[in-house]
Amino acid sequence: MNILLAILVLGSIAAIFGALLGFASVRFKVDADPIVEQLDALLPQTQCGQCGYPGCKPYAQAVADGEAINKCAPGGEDTIKKIADLMGVEVQPLDESHVKGDVAQSNRPKVAFVIEEDCIGCTKCIQACPVDAIIGAAKQMHTIIIDECTGCDLCVAPCPVDCIEMRELPETIHNWQWDLTSIPVKQLD
Amino acid sequence: MVESVVERITRGHFWDFHGGIHPPEQKFLTSSKPIKQLSLPKQLIIPLQQHIGREGDLLVTIGDRVLKGQALTLSTNPMVVPIHAPTSGTISAIKMSVIAHPSGLSQLCIFLDVDGEDTWRKRELCHDIEQLTNHQIIEKIADAGIAGMGGAGFPTHIKVNRQPDINFLIINGAECEPYITADDLLMMEQSNAIVDGIKIIDKLLTPAFILIAIEDNKPKAIKALQQATASIEKIKVCVVPTKYPTGGEKQLIQILTGTEVTSGQLPIHAGIVMQNVATCFAINEAVRHDTPLIRRVVTVTGQALNKPQNVWALLGTPINFLLEQCSVQNIENENQPVIMGGPMMGFSVSSELVPIVKTSNCILVPSKVEMPSAFEKESKEVECIRCGQCSDVCPSQLLPQELQWSAKAKDHAQLKKLNLSDCIDCGACAYVCPSQIPLVHYYRIAKAEIREQQQLDLKAEKAKIRFEARKLRLEKEKIARQEKHKKAAAARKAAMNKATPEATGAKSAVAAALARVKAKKASKAQVDTPDAPADLSTEVVDDQKSQVSAAIARAKAKKQLKAEAATKLSNSSDDTNKAVDVDTVETKTTVTQQPTVDDKKAKIAAAVAKAKAKKLSKNAEVTDTDKVTDNTLADKTVAEKTVNIDDKKAKVAAAIAKAKSKALAKANAKAESLNEEKIAANNVSATVTSNVTPTDHSPSNSAQAIPEDIVVTENAENSDSKNQNESLAESTPTPAMDKKAKIAAAIAKAKAKKKLKEASSVENNDQDSV
Repeated sequence: MNILLAILVLGSIAAIFGALLGFASVRFKVDADPIVEQLDALLPQTQCGQCGYPGCKPYAQAVADGEAINKCAPGGEDTIKKIADLMGVEVQPLDESHVKGDVAQSNRPKVAFVIEEDCIGCTKCIQACPVDAIIGAAKQMHTIIIDECTGCDLCVAPCPVDCIEMRELPETIHNWQWDLTSIPVKQLD
Repeated sequence: MVESVVERITRGHFWDFHGGIHPPEQKFLTSSKPIKQLSLPKQLIIPLQQHIGREGDLLVTIGDRVLKGQALTLSTNPMVVPIHAPTSGTISAIKMSVIAHPSGLSQLCIFLDVDGEDTWRKRELCHDIEQLTNHQIIEKIADAGIAGMGGAGFPTHIKVNRQPDINFLIINGAECEPYITADDLLMMEQSNAIVDGIKIIDKLLTPAFILIAIEDNKPKAIKALQQATASIEKIKVCVVPTKYPTGGEKQLIQILTGTEVTSGQLPIHAGIVMQNVATCFAINEAVRHDTPLIRRVVTVTGQALNKPQNVWALLGTPINFLLEQCSVQNIENENQPVIMGGPMMGFSVSSELVPIVKTSNCILVPSKVEMPSAFEKESKEVECIRCGQCSDVCPSQLLPQELQWSAKAKDHAQLKKLNLSDCIDCGACAYVCPSQIPLVHYYRIAKAEIREQQQLDLKAEKAKIRFEARKLRLEKEKIARQEKHKKAAAARKAAMNKATPEATGAKSAVAAALARVKAKKASKAQVDTPDAPADLSTEVVDDQKSQVSAAIARAKAKKQLKAEAATKLSNSSDDTNKAVDVDTVETKTTVTQQPTVDDKKAKIAAAVAKAKAKKLSKNAEVTDTDKVTDNTLADKTVAEKTVNIDDKKAKVAAAIAKAKSKALAKANAKAESLNEEKIAANNVSATVTSNVTPTDHSPSNSAQAIPEDIVVTENAENSDSKNQNESLAESTPTPAMDKKAKIAAAIAKAKAKKKLKEASSVENNDQDSV
């Protein structure tokens, strides 16, 4: 009798907690994986595809699923460090195989530039641009909206007449950086 | 609260702000000398942007002659402040040039070659500002290009345009930074103009009280302003204790009103507006004298100068011109630093061609004894010893040493937590630092980095949005395309399967076309085989040939008929009529075949017709003719069988034939009547010519009437083909003919005429030669 009672009591307790857990899992369900959003926020959003994914969000998803964290060339070491902090993994050096062109070699931001005399208006670069930063129409000259260009380099390859090049943004007083700590390097013979 | 503040102020009691320093003032260098009027420099370099905001649109081009006060740029936006020509002259260049900025970078500048005449543009003086509306005044201020002259360069017309409840309008004449005496001298010399300017701002903002704050180290300026404002209740001249940085906006507000403008807030939120005394002077000039902001007082000072003093400098005056005017002692010294702004907040300029702009109030050329640190290339910085002196002097109550660590570590989150944004760059911390750490420089770098990071974040966010939008758009387009293709395919299928009359019509049309093609192929093959029966090659019949042959046959038949008619004259006219009728019927039936069958057939038919005609004329019996018609009908059906593919053509041909036969009958009747009258049987050629003449309009009619047989027969042949065409034309009234036929007939007629003419001309020639 005592055993039966114990089973009954424990069983009912288990049922109650089971129901509670079941309710909680439905009521407080988390819609999306928030880690993907956090990772996406860390990425530079150039949408350049150098990591091998079609954009920053897909790469964030892939990293959340266990992809290597060192494939973002535009983000560089800073981004890798931030991702490592977020994911709790070791910082890795940038995977050089994912660096296309010279995007990562220079500190200064670059944007695409259409050499307008050479443009034949083929619209191929427009199709390649991930952020719709190129305006133009068939047989009309194309041009880049500097403010929208992320410098991802994706429009350079499709151009059949090689009229797109990556140019550094000129240094103006608006984007100038105080650089008082830099010590001039002297070459010793 | 406002009342208590004013009471305190009238009693001469003020609050204090945290920290602050008392650096050597060094104002004696220039404060005792009046503001010097300079001669005109040879060239002015006027940067397009001299304030916070954006540059305006250029109004002038190279080579333009401009007058003093003429606008050089156009304001298209509230944050754009126009610039004006400081004197008359010619624009010699518009190009990049080094400007007054710590970076030493270039910006677009207008180079004005001064002509020395100093000719004003037309000005409209305003003697009574009460007549102007606030809107007009603000417009005048905006057009005059006035930006805050204390140092920040915020567009003044925005600052005086706000209309909430303003408790205090504070006129900042503190001028706390060492060396600088520009505002001091301006207050001494132009106190009335400044007060007039304050009145204008008063009219715009209607504050409860107006406080003029002056540090107690400027007794002359205090006296001058007290005299100028003696009659105005609203304006209080507040003599505040000397301490650096009293002139800071938030610090001065705290000193005067005791209220602290909290982090991230603007003074306007506390009901306070602050203006610099020089700005008040400029507003007065702009509103009353229609004089845009083209000059300002600049303190040119430092112990390296022989004659340090305040000067009225035109905007755009290169620094080296000012230094020349104040005779630099050791100008040959390459390392001589030239500082724009005061010793605490100024920056070294990289070129002596840097022009004076709206915000430059001081050019400091220190000697080595005076400011040894400015001559040192390498920093004497050592490690922070955490003495805490910097936080003692910080007017914003920040923790400079903590900020320094975070700034070096680039820990932006920590910098934000430490309220780096509240640092006013006053330099008090660096001034007191025993380790000689250039603290403010670190903060400036960190601030710039944070600003850039913010911009990058904004850009990344924008790129993300655009990328997502593009993805969505492409997806939508793809779906739409697929949908469209699906729909089109479905529509095609439905059209094929449906049994609607249109569909069947289309189907049958297609089938007919296919059949036609097949038939054509078949007939071609038959033509290629040499022994193929001619009847079957109906499609490739040469129409003209057959027509011609038919016509010949007809003509022959006619001949015979004529002859018969002539012989049958004795018979009753009824009989002949009958015979003719029968004949026409018969010819009709024969002719129907002709356009569609080849010439061989036509010849055969003609022969048959001839024979029939003979028969007819001989027997003139109805039964016979019936038989013949039966025969011809049979013929016709055969022809129709071969031809039935294009029955339309055949119909048209039949109609033509009908018309022709009618015409023939008419002609025959005429000939008969002629014959009846003449009784004598003429030769055939004559009848043929008579057949031709009624329709022939050519002038060479008579030429055709020559009795030479060959010519006539030739003519007859020609005219036969023509006859056919003419019969076409004549047949217009018959219902079978449509418009198309008419047009065709007209063309044919024209052609026939041409032919006839040619023939006749040939004949004429022949005649002539004969």
